[in-house]
Amino acid sequence: MSAETAGDRCPVFELHGVRYVYGQRQVALDGIDLVIERGEQVALLGANGSGKTTLLKLLDGIVGPAEGSMRALGLEVAAVVDGAEAFRFHREVGLVFQDPDVQLFSATVYDDVAFGPLQLGLATDEVRARVAEALGLMEIEHLAERAPFELSGGEKKRAAIASVLSLRPDVILLDEPTASLDPRTKWVLVDLIRRLAKAGKTLITATHELDVVPYIADRVVVLGESRRVLADGPAAEVLANTDLLIEANLIHEHLHEHDGVRHRHAHEAPVHHEAEATPAPEHS
Amino acid sequence: MTGARAAAAGGADGRRGWLERTMADIAHSIEGAVFSEEHSRAAGWLQRRDPRAKIVMFVMTLLAASFAATLPALAALYVVVVLAARVSAIPTEFFVKRVWLGIPFFAGIIVIPWIFFAPGPRLFDLPFGPLHLAPSVPGVGAALVFVARVGVSVSLAVLLVLSTPWAHLLKSLDTLRVPQIFVLVLSMTYRYIFMLLHIANGMFEARKSRLVATTSGGEQRRWISGSIGNLLNRSVKMSNDVYLAMLARGFTGSPRTVQRFRMHAADWAAIALAAVIALAASGLDRLVR
Repeated sequence: MSAETAGDRCPVFELHGVRYVYGQRQVALDGIDLVIERGEQVALLGANGSGKTTLLKLLDGIVGPAEGSMRALGLEVAAVVDGAEAFRFHREVGLVFQDPDVQLFSATVYDDVAFGPLQLGLATDEVRARVAEALGLMEIEHLAERAPFELSGGEKKRAAIASVLSLRPDVILLDEPTASLDPRTKWVLVDLIRRLAKAGKTLITATHELDVVPYIADRVVVLGESRRVLADGPAAEVLANTDLLIEANLIHEHLHEHDGVRHRHAHEAPVHHEAEATPAPEHS
Repeated sequence: MTGARAAAAGGADGRRGWLERTMADIAHSIEGAVFSEEHSRAAGWLQRRDPRAKIVMFVMTLLAASFAATLPALAALYVVVVLAARVSAIPTEFFVKRVWLGIPFFAGIIVIPWIFFAPGPRLFDLPFGPLHLAPSVPGVGAALVFVARVGVSVSLAVLLVLSTPWAHLLKSLDTLRVPQIFVLVLSMTYRYIFMLLHIANGMFEARKSRLVATTSGGEQRRWISGSIGNLLNRSVKMSNDVYLAMLARGFTGSPRTVQRFRMHAADWAAIALAAVIALAASGLDRLVR
């Protein structure tokens, strides 16, 4: 899909009244209305089970909505799910799964990173060039010949992201990229995500880690336990809304005493949106 | 785990259950046999060869061993295999033990009937009432050739696996025109069997850490059947997720791989050497026969 196609002029994603149901009864998403424009950096915030992962899978066109209309890059998502437009779509949109063990299924990291470009039918030299580029971007050239099971959690995450970057997608969906990582690795990944944002990619990151949000998103969409969108707005505004975050179960209110006075206040106080003024700490 | 805790968790005697022990042993064996790349990463002669060349060398030598019907030919081939292991920095004792500790037992069981029922003169005849223990000379000869043939073949396979990283071995199956979908499934099977074994081990340990008294046999059986169901559910979910991850990267049902190996003059020379050895072994076999 070239930069000049009609897909460029319409929103990257356009969802109206989207509902998704697991099995026959378990509602994962309900009445989702969402429009995401090219070049935006969006954080999908929500507690566990709020439907973030399901929404990312919908956006990636690997599952289709039960109800509602959904267009991605100007294409009907149903056509992507059916396979008719899948080839075209997956050149543009890449999903990094939450569990890297799901994403890294090949015998070596190199093979995993090469998997996507090979499926696109690219020439061998082009595949090699893309693999080298993706490994370089994630700074894991030294892991190319390693088996995924040998890697640490952080290395697996980087390899998983590299396996998507080798497709050179314009839109990258990241599912909990910093979950279960040690603090250093977490911030290294945040730096890498910021680099992707600076390169002009559309980034949609599902997370419940509030401290990283100001660094990776300028817009926040909050999913509530009702499986609906609770809020959608600028990151600073949403993160400053304590009541909203409590309602979404992202922070909790705790009753306790200070100096003999019993009172409630929020724990994991929302961070202020200072990313523009104060860059994320450089971690190397 | 301390002895006291183990005792509390594992029952009165604190021993690990049979199933738990078996799972842990299988995981350990797979880890050791398939994923330990200590020898395949060593700087040896075979390790420097292109994996595809090694596959061709392996097939040629294996064919020579399969068609050999005399002990001298098989012995000659075995000497060559041991020498190849030696120049490939694989400890001889480890290599020989790994092959020969199990083979006489398993191959022996298969040939025992033939030793006694093959026609021809007897080595000796020990009467036990109405029965006679009388191994036949041709039967013993055939059994020795059979065991030797199995030994050489297994040695070749072990040498190939020890000197080649598992990933390279799978990739080089292309050389044998093995369909890519088969190679992909095989590599994913190994990848996830290992992982599921670790999950199963974790489940055993999680249960153990919460047990405070001896459980009855029925209870243990119920737990085991529940765990098997749980593991099956998890593996089904994971296989679905893996498939979605493949779809997300454009998978349409026909996997493609990128070949990164390069054959050098030394690899072609090694193939030629293997061909000469295979022909020489066949020649020796005919000569002795």
